[in-house]
Amino acid sequence: MSTAFSLQWLLTETPESRSQAAWGRRYRAWLALRSNPLAMIGLVIIVTFVVLSLAAPWLATHNPGAQDLANRLARPSAAHWFGTDELGRDLYSRILYGGRVTLGMVIAVVVLVAPLGLAIGCIAGYFGGVVDRVLMRVTDVFLAFPRLILALAFVAALKPGVESAVLAIALTAWPPYARLARAETMTVRNSDFIAACRLTGAPSGRIILRHVAPLCVPSLVVRITLDMSSIIITAASLGFLGMGAQPPSPEWGAMIATTKRFIFEQWWVPTIPGIAIFLASLAFNFLGDGLRDVLDPKQR
Amino acid sequence: MIDVDQLRVRFGDNEVVKGVSFQVPAGDSFGIVGESGSGKSTVLRALSGLNNAWTGHIAINGEAVGPRRDRAFFRKVQMVFQDPYGSLHPRQTIDRILSEPLLVHGIGEIERRIERALAEVALPAAVRFRYPHQLSGGQRQRVAIARALIAEPEVLLLDEPTSALDVSVQAEILNLLADLREQRKLTYILVSHNLAVVAHLCPRVGVMIGGQMVEQLSADDLRGGHTRHPHTAELRSLSVGLEEVP
Amino acid sequence: MLVDIQNLRIAFETRTSVFEAVRGVSLNIGTEKLGIVGESGSGKSLTARALMRLLPTNARVTADRLTFDGVDILKADERAMLRIRGKRAGFILQDPKYSLNPVMTIGRQVTEAWRTHKGGGRKEAKEAAIDLLAQVRIREPRRVYDLYPHEVSGGMGQRIMIAMMLAPDPQLLIADEPTSALDATVQAEILRLMEDLVSQRGMGLLLISHDLPLVSHFCDRVAVMYAGRVVEELAAGDLSKAQHPYTRGLLNCLPSLIHPKPRLPVLNRDEAWLKS
Repeated sequence: MSTAFSLQWLLTETPESRSQAAWGRRYRAWLALRSNPLAMIGLVIIVTFVVLSLAAPWLATHNPGAQDLANRLARPSAAHWFGTDELGRDLYSRILYGGRVTLGMVIAVVVLVAPLGLAIGCIAGYFGGVVDRVLMRVTDVFLAFPRLILALAFVAALKPGVESAVLAIALTAWPPYARLARAETMTVRNSDFIAACRLTGAPSGRIILRHVAPLCVPSLVVRITLDMSSIIITAASLGFLGMGAQPPSPEWGAMIATTKRFIFEQWWVPTIPGIAIFLASLAFNFLGDGLRDVLDPKQR
Repeated sequence: MIDVDQLRVRFGDNEVVKGVSFQVPAGDSFGIVGESGSGKSTVLRALSGLNNAWTGHIAINGEAVGPRRDRAFFRKVQMVFQDPYGSLHPRQTIDRILSEPLLVHGIGEIERRIERALAEVALPAAVRFRYPHQLSGGQRQRVAIARALIAEPEVLLLDEPTSALDVSVQAEILNLLADLREQRKLTYILVSHNLAVVAHLCPRVGVMIGGQMVEQLSADDLRGGHTRHPHTAELRSLSVGLEEVP
Repeated sequence: MLVDIQNLRIAFETRTSVFEAVRGVSLNIGTEKLGIVGESGSGKSLTARALMRLLPTNARVTADRLTFDGVDILKADERAMLRIRGKRAGFILQDPKYSLNPVMTIGRQVTEAWRTHKGGGRKEAKEAAIDLLAQVRIREPRRVYDLYPHEVSGGMGQRIMIAMMLAPDPQLLIADEPTSALDATVQAEILRLMEDLVSQRGMGLLLISHDLPLVSHFCDRVAVMYAGRVVEELAAGDLSKAQHPYTRGLLNCLPSLIHPKPRLPVLNRDEAWLKS
């Protein structure tokens, strides 16, 4: 009874208060997302990966760093579910612990990059003129360098490690988002509804933050989810070059990089972390696509 | 109330408003008619503060205003746009759209004011938490009017407020605007290409062509055909010609 | 009879519901000027688009009869439709800005339109195109020939659209709000041009508009649509004798320059209008 009542409260066409309307909107967004099977698959995979990574200490069968050179490159078996790597470490445990590092890095990069790109793009697009030219030239400079080389230079200037890798990837990843946000901003900045906002006397900062930026978010979300895999690969490349996650800490990209010479004889060793990366990227893509539809109320 | 003297606006090398002057007393409404490219909307945008590349003199309530306006100006002067599909933020609920001016100006009693604003423009309370795309064109234009009036301005600038609407909805909106002006003692400046709409709402009319206001006359003179400039006569005869239903 | 529509129904299916936008429209068009008037959502544009089979894919069209010059539109294959569309019937849309290709000169677009239907050499087509531009009363057709669409005014753009539609000598011209993006002075010129061309060439004209007085001035007959039905059909000259309360309401709620009204009468929509 109580659930029926609360569903009615959530889904009413005539909400009584702002908070009821807001909860109703969120619930409807959730319903919309739930009705999209691909998005739900994505969400389930991501949640599973995050939970598995967080619960790694309890789920792991071995110490991810424990070497057993006598038993290196073993096939999957009851003792080692995914087999062992070139130093005889248990792959299953390393995948679990590696999720912490890899997913942590990806999420950290996104949290840093999205607001930065959004802010720079919206400011450049909204003000135009000199502000636009200066910000976009800076963006061009960052875009002009190959991403990995620039990231390498950053890490080299800092000290090798996960934190500097995250910072380096973030610093090299924002320009496309700034460009995208700028393009979106340019299409709305001369619209009547932004003119109407200006006529309320609202300061520019408020207009950008509350009225322009939310319109750029959906396309940014999609773009970022498409970039997830390349962020993982960049992180792996940095790790491979000794600039990212430091051995022996497990990291999916680095796990592929260090074992890729075994691909023909002991194919499962590099393939298993590859599957993990593939599933994570695909899941983020599915979820991102679903989120874009949900974020646009006109779609409903 | 509103005093415009020798207003000039240029876009690059192109002067689109070439020295326009007019006065509007408090509580009156002034109509500007003209064809596209005559500069009528540009005059309105310069007045509203949306366009600040103008020269000349603009005074509201005897106070000269410059190209940059302070927040107090926007409490006094508000604008309603032509296209109700484009003038409401597509991702915001009506509640959010209406509360924005109140938040910006730090006006309290948001709940009560939004309820009253919706009632004033004859919208049901149920639209409050809807999105603009869930409303009809006429309902959206009512929301736009409610937003313009919620911070209790003295002057309302109307840029073709009914030309995107069906004629039956146009009648409702024009009646609403007439009632609101009566109740709130508002001053209107209405820009339109439709002479009948302008003459219906405004006792005085200015005619613009090529960036100049070539004639100012009373609505009664316009109706009676007492025009001085040939362009006014041309616009009038076209409008009258279409009105005569066979 | 050029066009014969009997009991046309257009429905849109969504995941959850079926919405019937046109609910049993019957119209005949001969070599005459017929105006369809109605407010947004009355189904007037859909009716015209159904005739050219230009509806979105989720539209379901049914009719007792839907023919263009004897061809059954509901059964015709795509090749037969191509012969009708653009060849035997021209379609003019509201805003020429969106109908002309922005990166092609006007001359090339008119020439292409001519050659698609008439064939012939480049030179011949160019002369024909210039002649068409002159027919729609463009003063310097040779100069306009080399311009791009953004270099001409809205009225000129609409003239060019009409010229392109005239290229294959169509039997019917369908104009969907052809002048509502134009100024009053230009609007009058374009409508007069269309009127002259239609009577000179002996074509039929289907003018779709929301503007009842305007349509009554340029058409022989007017059909008034409301909520997917034709509620009244009458000779344009008899508009002042209109019977249906909706038609009368539409006329009354217009502000007038000559007969000032202190307050505009508002249209009270009667549920009964949806049925009859």
